[in-house]
Amino acid sequence: MSPKLPVLHADVREVDGLALDPALAERWLVNFLRDEMIGRRGIRTAIVGVSGGVDSAVVAFLCAKALGPENVHGVRMPYRTSSEESFRHGALVTASTRIHDIVIDISDAVDGYLQHEREASPTRRGNVMARQRMIVLFDQSAKYDGLPVGTGNKSERLLGYFTWHADDSPPINPIGDLFKTQIWQLARHLGVPPAIIDKPATADLIRGQTDEEDLGITYARADRILQLALMGYREEDIVEHGFTPTDVALVMRRVNSTHWKRHLPTTAVISTTAINEFYLRPVDF
Amino acid sequence: MAPSRNGPAKARPRQVVNLALVQFAPRKGRVEQNFERIEQVFAALRHDQEGFPSVIVFPEASLSGYFVEGGVAEVALKSSAVYRRLQTTAARVCGRKHPSFDVVVGFYEDDGGKFYNSAMYASLGEHGTVRHVHRKLFLPTYGVFDEERFVSRGRSIEAFATPHGRAAILICEDACHSVAVTIAALRGAQILYIPSASPGRGLEEAEPANVRMWRDIMRVAAAEHGIFIAYAGLVGFEGGKGFTGASRLMGPFGDLRVEAPFDGAAIVRTSISLQDVHVARAALPALGDLESNLAELTTMFDEETARRPAASPRQKR
Repeated sequence: MSPKLPVLHADVREVDGLALDPALAERWLVNFLRDEMIGRRGIRTAIVGVSGGVDSAVVAFLCAKALGPENVHGVRMPYRTSSEESFRHGALVTASTRIHDIVIDISDAVDGYLQHEREASPTRRGNVMARQRMIVLFDQSAKYDGLPVGTGNKSERLLGYFTWHADDSPPINPIGDLFKTQIWQLARHLGVPPAIIDKPATADLIRGQTDEEDLGITYARADRILQLALMGYREEDIVEHGFTPTDVALVMRRVNSTHWKRHLPTTAVISTTAINEFYLRPVDF
Repeated sequence: MAPSRNGPAKARPRQVVNLALVQFAPRKGRVEQNFERIEQVFAALRHDQEGFPSVIVFPEASLSGYFVEGGVAEVALKSSAVYRRLQTTAARVCGRKHPSFDVVVGFYEDDGGKFYNSAMYASLGEHGTVRHVHRKLFLPTYGVFDEERFVSRGRSIEAFATPHGRAAILICEDACHSVAVTIAALRGAQILYIPSASPGRGLEEAEPANVRMWRDIMRVAAAEHGIFIAYAGLVGFEGGKGFTGASRLMGPFGDLRVEAPFDGAAIVRTSISLQDVHVARAALPALGDLESNLAELTTMFDEETARRPAASPRQKR
């Protein structure tokens, strides 16, 4: 009898575009901040809106490492209905990173406008708050000769879950190519306090809201679907990876209805020198 | 040592080449400032304890930065102008009658309103000359890349004589096509220079995925062809895209001799003996095997070319 030949089996390996080496990511993003701020712009001071959530916490930690905590201003901007817990967690971030802690209550500014718009929906009110916070951040950057640093992650950018010309406004963003689940991973590596990482993510624009309830899907599932879609898999292929057609459709509907939010305003082109259409120069030229 | 069966072996001349691989971040669009950086590199090497190198290799698009889009018309230079400027830079740092040394520099080339992503091999000094200008053939135009929109394709891969061995240049993606390395080797190159600009991506392991990919490509290409490969990469961020330097020298056995970190400006020094090319090709005669089947391979290439349309849509533009 001939010797038995071994037959080797390998499991089907799922594509995992979400894997992240957090130490490498930290090194990469610290280099990014130093290059973009000091190298390119000659600016050594970062202005970070610290919400008490994990995204802005990660950005604060990265900025502190890149620039030194003495060169980072964490700005907490509560509105009168904002969560107390978020406010406390914001203080935890500025304390644990040893960055400057600035508190600017936006209630008067927001209410100054909304008193004339008493019927404004919660969404409109949330957008006013988000845009008011950007007014503060840009003005604080002028005050301190600093640069506002963005805190929007890839998941919310793709899902359109942000206020246009608010969260997306800062000229640089170290975490905009990281999915939410990767942010959590990086946050643990950076030493962000667990209370901030482990709580449900919330935009905190409406009392009691959570991201995942708003979106109708967990980030864990949404991120996998988004990653597969961005890699080039079609919706029916993504379902084959173990997702329900409902979940896939929900995510893709959000992505496909919000491409405009990820671009500059649409300009009518009437010449052969239209900016960013014919006249093409990179941002750092 | 035991005598050879064929009598005393003929001594091959041991030609040692001292290399400096430079990785740095050019100022975007500031050609003058980038020549000043080259001057700073010359000055640093002049004071280096190892002495001045034989060949200094700079990355792709060293005079302007890589992502320039329509700005290519503003930063592109005639190759003669690049050469003249390199000569004056060398003279300023090393003196008017300095010993000759060679440079490989990536730059955007203006050839009468046609633009190329090019790299020059020049000998600098009293009897200096431009030995070759390579124009990048494979212009990445996908994902983050958009080269073919702004520059024209090069059309040839040449090997050329230098005081430091027979050389060839491929620029970045050129070298990702193994057939391009094959042509350089078939044309007699002993050392292949690769000026590069590789945006980092894929942070799932301890180093960026493109760094691992380049190391693998170079290891296989060097071993298959018995050729030295010297790679110099840009570093720094351009519009959020961070380049991975990891400038390295791969030996003709597929042996990694030296490699710089993937981030940060650096000059990597090493010396090589071109004798290793002979030894490697004798030990693994893959290039010789290839030459034996060249006619059949050429026929197969011709057949595949004939089966395809005359030009791709991109080439028609």
